[in-house]
Amino acid sequence: MEIFQFLADGFLIAFQPLNFALIVFGCTVGLFIGAMPGLGSVNGVAILLPMTFLVPPTSAIIFLGALYYGAMYGGAISSIMLGIPGASTAVATTFDGRPLALQGKADSALVAAATASFVGGTISVALFTAFAPPLAEAALAFGPPEEFALMMLAFATFIGLGGDDIPKTFFSIFIGLVFSAVGLDIVSGDPRLIFFDLPGFYHGINFLVLAIGIYGIGEMLWTIETNKGDVIISQAKISFRRIMRAIGALRHSIRTMLMGSFLGYFVGILPAAGATPGSLMAYGVAKTVSKDPDSYGKGNVDGVVAPEAANNAASTGSMLPMLTLGIPGSPTTAILLGGMVIWGLEPGPMLFVNNTEFVWGLIASLYAANLFALLINLAFIPAFLMVLRMPFTILAPVIFILCIVGGYAPTKDMHDVWLMLIFGVVGYLMRKLDYPLAPGVLAIVLGPLAESSVRQSLIMSHGSFGIFVERPISAVIMAITVVLFVLPIVKLVKRRRAEL
Amino acid sequence: MRMAELVMAVCLAIFSAGIMWKSTELPIGWIPGEGPGGGAFSFWLGAGMLVCCIAIIIRWARRRSPPSRSTDPFMSPKALQLFLLGAGSLTVMIGSIHVVGVYIAIPLFLVFYMRIMGKHGWGVTGALAAGMPVATFFFFEIALKITLPKGYTEPAFYPLYDIFL
Repeated sequence: MEIFQFLADGFLIAFQPLNFALIVFGCTVGLFIGAMPGLGSVNGVAILLPMTFLVPPTSAIIFLGALYYGAMYGGAISSIMLGIPGASTAVATTFDGRPLALQGKADSALVAAATASFVGGTISVALFTAFAPPLAEAALAFGPPEEFALMMLAFATFIGLGGDDIPKTFFSIFIGLVFSAVGLDIVSGDPRLIFFDLPGFYHGINFLVLAIGIYGIGEMLWTIETNKGDVIISQAKISFRRIMRAIGALRHSIRTMLMGSFLGYFVGILPAAGATPGSLMAYGVAKTVSKDPDSYGKGNVDGVVAPEAANNAASTGSMLPMLTLGIPGSPTTAILLGGMVIWGLEPGPMLFVNNTEFVWGLIASLYAANLFALLINLAFIPAFLMVLRMPFTILAPVIFILCIVGGYAPTKDMHDVWLMLIFGVVGYLMRKLDYPLAPGVLAIVLGPLAESSVRQSLIMSHGSFGIFVERPISAVIMAITVVLFVLPIVKLVKRRRAEL
Repeated sequence: MRMAELVMAVCLAIFSAGIMWKSTELPIGWIPGEGPGGGAFSFWLGAGMLVCCIAIIIRWARRRSPPSRSTDPFMSPKALQLFLLGAGSLTVMIGSIHVVGVYIAIPLFLVFYMRIMGKHGWGVTGALAAGMPVATFFFFEIALKITLPKGYTEPAFYPLYDIFL
């Protein structure tokens, strides 16, 4: 019962006029920053962190928490409307969100994304409220072998994303992992895969360069060919009745929403995992357990619901190790952690004892931010849909320009813009030959974590791969991984036999 | 389409072999006390890519994949023309950013794309070609403090920096 008393006190803090205004402002700013290709919650929090020194620490964390949530909601908007994932957490949303928009159902996709984000966020904050300290302790049981097993599990779910051509799917995963290895070796610091000795490769290949190249430029080239250069205006419709109908239709997606929420939350609390693996795994699991897996990637609402519920749940989950252990679960929470230290707070178990006003004010504000992010998102849907009503010959050059600026912004290096163009053109040609590109984009995101965890594990075991099956948590995850690797192959063989 | 699939698989196989070769610049075996060498991860991934390419070529020979069975051309002349126009105009724009900067390259690209490819009127074209650089400048450079490349036009922006930054 003590928790409810703390929570009630937290709500009193969250609804103080200044804090309430900061929640609304943070959600709105976050929504627009998240919707910009190339910018995500990490950019928003980093850029606006200095502004928070003007207000008390509790108000500051409330503002940044709201901004974080707003950006997580906003990431889905560019994925759905433009086909460009604004951040790595919204990559999986593109797979079905963009096809839905092209079918004139952008409103359904946006409503599904917003609602799923709300459900995922709310469930995760409730879990956070009830089980914060014990879950943080459990997350500490995850060492490098468990992390690697988790990465393998994520890759196993990708196999199901690639369709029937398994060699092409594996190729896509391998090439994504190779691109993630470009730069400096994580152990020795030696330069690795520096093609043609170009200095731009020293900082590695940012995932956004590949994602914007493939989903921005490649997608536009594909559309130009598909519509044969004609001036096409999308039939994006919107009305209050359509929005209500879209919300009503989500009753069929409740199971997927719950799965995404819980999976996202538990992946989110693992140190260094963050929202991206959670959203990708949720998409993979949703497709694997679906009765109609072939509809995924072609405009299945569940393909939007699963990753959106998961990435919002994981964003809350990633705050848990930050607050309770002082370990950031994602790049954004790493910046928040830095902010807390500057504000004079000491993250760790004692934070819940010594700074109850700060902790419970934050938790209560997350409930409120979740609700306001949903309302603001739904209110802006008509404005977002106006983008789709633009003629394609106006939209295409604007998207091209956003791609170029978005590709340049993370590293401020024109080398990355050229690389993005090459990825876009080659990706377009590969797509014409049925190479699945999504697994490659997902692999480049998870590659650094996968490599560091496997190398740390092998150092721990003196080179024995047995470490991955000797530790109980790792062994269980590996067993599930094997099943998920084999499942699509078995399904394919069965289907082939049925066709013969 | 069938020939394109073979050509792509062969090109990717060569690229995979190149990755393996490039990876050997760092140790690819086990280093006592340190674990796997820095090139091991990418070497074995390159090997995996090569195996996949061989599998794709075998499937091509057995006509298992849809492109290997297709008799359609990889690109029609019209599609090729549109692809070259789209990708070519982007290449020219990115190249021109090095010289004249984003704020000249963007309007030129918009005028080309909207006026010549889209056949829109000068009113819409001019409004967007003028508005887009202004919006980009204020959003990225002023609000987000992200400096965009300006090439030889950089000195022209010094007065604006004095006013807004």
